[in-house]
Amino acid sequence: MTESATLSIGDLAPPLELPDTDGSLTTLPFPGEAPATVVVWTCNHCPYALAWHDRLMDLARDYADRGVRVLHVNSNDAETHPADSQEAMRERVAAEEWATPYLRDEDQSAARAWGPLTTPDAFVLDSSLRLAYRGAPDSDYNDPSQEAAWLRAALDAVLAGGAPEPAETEPVGCSIKWKR
Amino acid sequence: MSAPRVELLWWRGCPSWERAIELVREEMAATGLDPDGLVVHEVETEQEAERLGYPGSPTVLVDGRDIQDPGDEPAGLTCRVYRLRDGRVSPLPSREDIHDALLRGGD
Repeated sequence: MTESATLSIGDLAPPLELPDTDGSLTTLPFPGEAPATVVVWTCNHCPYALAWHDRLMDLARDYADRGVRVLHVNSNDAETHPADSQEAMRERVAAEEWATPYLRDEDQSAARAWGPLTTPDAFVLDSSLRLAYRGAPDSDYNDPSQEAAWLRAALDAVLAGGAPEPAETEPVGCSIKWKR
Repeated sequence: MSAPRVELLWWRGCPSWERAIELVREEMAATGLDPDGLVVHEVETEQEAERLGYPGSPTVLVDGRDIQDPGDEPAGLTCRVYRLRDGRVSPLPSREDIHDALLRGGD
């Protein structure tokens, strides 16, 4: 375990500057505006993250033409979980069709600033980069027909200029693997 | 023929363990075994995981045999990835895999 911040609804999101699997830096705030941004903590080794993965990729594709930006971040300690190393992330992206950048938080500073509890743990930001929703993609990792309904509802609310209801759900998944 | 020894090894860091215990007990009852016969053991340290060759939580053994071959998964305290029969990934073994393993016993 390590100490990490807990973001509350309405808080300004901490900035990000993380490399993707090709080493290119992705930053938050982005250059240019997005009407909404989704940042999902995920990883390679966790069955919950893997079970929800396709739904999150579908969401990224479905909302791309509305300007929504989706980022995936892996902060897990690769020493204890080699499946989450930068190299393993690169191999996975090469083997699959990713619709989002997959960012490596090697020093775990992003995780400490944002306070994700699990993989997955999703954060939806409005156009001002303030936290509008945080939690699980939907109610059941085991039911693909849910299609990340909670995240989609949160995004629809933000894109319509409103506030998601509920604004928070309990994230479900594997714990973040902190460095010791 | 004696009843097989059914064990469930779990780790507190992975939330699927309670549902796994329920599932295994349900399938033990469905296959005519005593659900109270399930031996439940918490794996608490990396050292113990290493010693047991523990591929993650939950792990179900029937007469010492894993109900799904963990392949070359390294031992450690982690959530285990199960492949369902339809190809999906899950933190829990399928009811069918548990059922078949209980019927098969240790062979």
